[in-house]
Amino acid sequence: MAEYVNTFFFGIYPYIAIMTMLVGSILRYDQDPYSWKADSSQLLHRKGLRVGSNLFHVGILLLFMGHFVGLLTPHWVYEPFITAGQKQILAMTAGGIFGTLTFIGMSILIWRRTTQDRVRATTKFMDMAILLILFVQLVLGLLTIPQSAKHLDGSSMIALAEWAQHIVTFRGGAAAYVMDEPLVFKLHIVLGLTIFLIFPFTRLVHMVSAPIKYLFRSGYQIVRKRG
Amino acid sequence: MTIRAQIGMVLNLDKCIGCHTCSITCKNVWTSRGGVEYAWFNNVESKPGVGYPRNWEDQSEWKGGWELTKGGKLRPKIGGKLGVLSNIFANPDLPLIDDYYEPFTYEYDHLKTAKESKTVPTARMKSAITGKFKEKPDWGVNWEEILGGEFKKRSKDYNFNKIQKDIYGEFENTFMMYLPRLCEHCLNPSCVASCPSGAIYKREEDGIVLIDQDKCRGWRMCVSGCPYKKIYFNWQSGKSEKCTFCYPRIEAGEPTVCSETCVGRIRYLGVLLYDSDKISEAASAPDEKDLYQSQCDLFLDPHDPEVIKRALADGVPQSWIDGAQNSPVYKMAMEWKIAFPLHPEYRTLPMVWYVPPLSPIQSAAEAGQLEQNGMLPDVRSLRIPTQYLANLLTAGDEEPVISALERMMAMRLYMRGKTVDGTEDPKVLEQVGMSKDDMDDMYQLMAIANYEDRFVIPTNHREYAGDGPFDQEIAFSARSECGFSFGNGCNTGAKPKANLFGTQTHANTLSGTPRKVSGDQS
Repeated sequence: MAEYVNTFFFGIYPYIAIMTMLVGSILRYDQDPYSWKADSSQLLHRKGLRVGSNLFHVGILLLFMGHFVGLLTPHWVYEPFITAGQKQILAMTAGGIFGTLTFIGMSILIWRRTTQDRVRATTKFMDMAILLILFVQLVLGLLTIPQSAKHLDGSSMIALAEWAQHIVTFRGGAAAYVMDEPLVFKLHIVLGLTIFLIFPFTRLVHMVSAPIKYLFRSGYQIVRKRG
Repeated sequence: MTIRAQIGMVLNLDKCIGCHTCSITCKNVWTSRGGVEYAWFNNVESKPGVGYPRNWEDQSEWKGGWELTKGGKLRPKIGGKLGVLSNIFANPDLPLIDDYYEPFTYEYDHLKTAKESKTVPTARMKSAITGKFKEKPDWGVNWEEILGGEFKKRSKDYNFNKIQKDIYGEFENTFMMYLPRLCEHCLNPSCVASCPSGAIYKREEDGIVLIDQDKCRGWRMCVSGCPYKKIYFNWQSGKSEKCTFCYPRIEAGEPTVCSETCVGRIRYLGVLLYDSDKISEAASAPDEKDLYQSQCDLFLDPHDPEVIKRALADGVPQSWIDGAQNSPVYKMAMEWKIAFPLHPEYRTLPMVWYVPPLSPIQSAAEAGQLEQNGMLPDVRSLRIPTQYLANLLTAGDEEPVISALERMMAMRLYMRGKTVDGTEDPKVLEQVGMSKDDMDDMYQLMAIANYEDRFVIPTNHREYAGDGPFDQEIAFSARSECGFSFGNGCNTGAKPKANLFGTQTHANTLSGTPRKVSGDQS
């Protein structure tokens, strides 16, 4: 039974989640582009937003990139430069710092969304849900740090990276790598995948539209020909 | 040189009676939806006053418009591209809704359901956002109506810059005027420049600036970027919205709703031709006071055969050139020089222009006689200080404003002489440098202001939107689009080039255009 559950959550669920994210996002973008937006509430309530939103966004983006690079970089790429143990300490430190920043930012944002009348009145179910899910996920992530500190050889990290790399390269047996990891890691992974799953149904989609292209726009003006 | 056409507007403030009909009709048509209760694409302000949103004109507070870098290059005042993106998580220059006003309604239901009581039930004020009771409104779109409120607060008006304003707080010296405001549909729009998504664009064929609602991601930088604060963030949809210049009406050759319904007949609509290659040059004049002139230099004489030839070659339809030749906007802004852009110092090259208002002569009441300047009373002794008008319309340069006021005054003197006294006095005309014909023309346009003189709007030629001079496919595919249509009804905004669930294989062949086969060069 334990193995069945393990296989489902770490062997099959990742594909369900990622596919839902991809197909769901494409469908939403194609069929309902009007709903694709950041949904800012700054106009209605400013207090705390400047600190909260900046800390949250910067922190979580760096955390996201850290996970992406950390999990998906094959062992042999960094091996010549840095040992697995060192990489684990690096990950714990960076994760700890940015996790704390995100924690402070999110706390402010949650305070805003739960106690400030105007923000609360314009909060949709999914806005609150995704905020709380992200917060729980952040706390779980921070809780993995003391867990990691118990064994600094990097073995646990390598196992998780192997799992992630097996998943994205469609190799079987990925779930086995996670089987014996501590519960807090497993919860963190399952909730993380759940965030992928619900991604297209939340305001998170606005991150796909991060306007990097703006930096490369030639000049400032846009004139459209009618077609 | 690349010639483009733009529909511009002139508002004759001399005739504005501050009735707000423009605001109300606009609101009924465009901003009666959820989330934009607080937004007025058109509003009328009583000046002097800080306006709506609070203190919008002061760009040291809101950072709208453009600034020149040390190298003399134009850059949005909120920052260059990197600066804009670095503020994307929390925009430090975004007004709060209270700077406009918190939308509210009254609890009318209570009047019907209240139990019997000693006192008459009242409908109390409720916030439209939170639904909570509010004691009273404390700010609004027209809070300073007819000099409402204390002078101390109203006198924070940015246009009092360089004016000893204290005397205007005294009852005897007080002055006021109305300022109806809408989107300026600028030639160098800073909202377009500050939109990270590229959702805001200027239409090539008529210069109207629009927001693509499907492309807008709600980064809200345009709200800060626009110095006129004429982009509003819809707090329900999460998208920015703005004045559309009633483009569906303009395309059909009809005036905007605000112009159509103006009871004072103060609004004029007409075509201007301009050289689009010189926009940034005109907007980067080093001295702010030169901006009015540098913008005028962009406009081209629609009677010049060279200009006509070039305009046709650049795809401006003949009907639009005809429109430009009869344009009331061109006459008032360029020929008679009596209309001015609003705050040219923002460097956006605005296209809604204003004729400054005449006002009673101040010293006449005191001394029983007028200060004369040649044939005309001295316009500097008008109740509204010319410096105030200049701060509003010409970045502080009084000369053009004085000349305009003198011309308007001369028109009155001349026409009074002609119709009342039966004498035409050419000396008045000489002093302001205008001919009899000019005066008759000006009188016809400004005093009589017939509908067809005020609104010279050529209909939109969709067929000119293609690559060639006349694109049949565009012209004909536009018809039969709604009704039994393909895809999501008449929803054209969301129609992607290639639809996920199957794209049409054939365009409407009733256009007479055979189906294009790949490899076919024709």
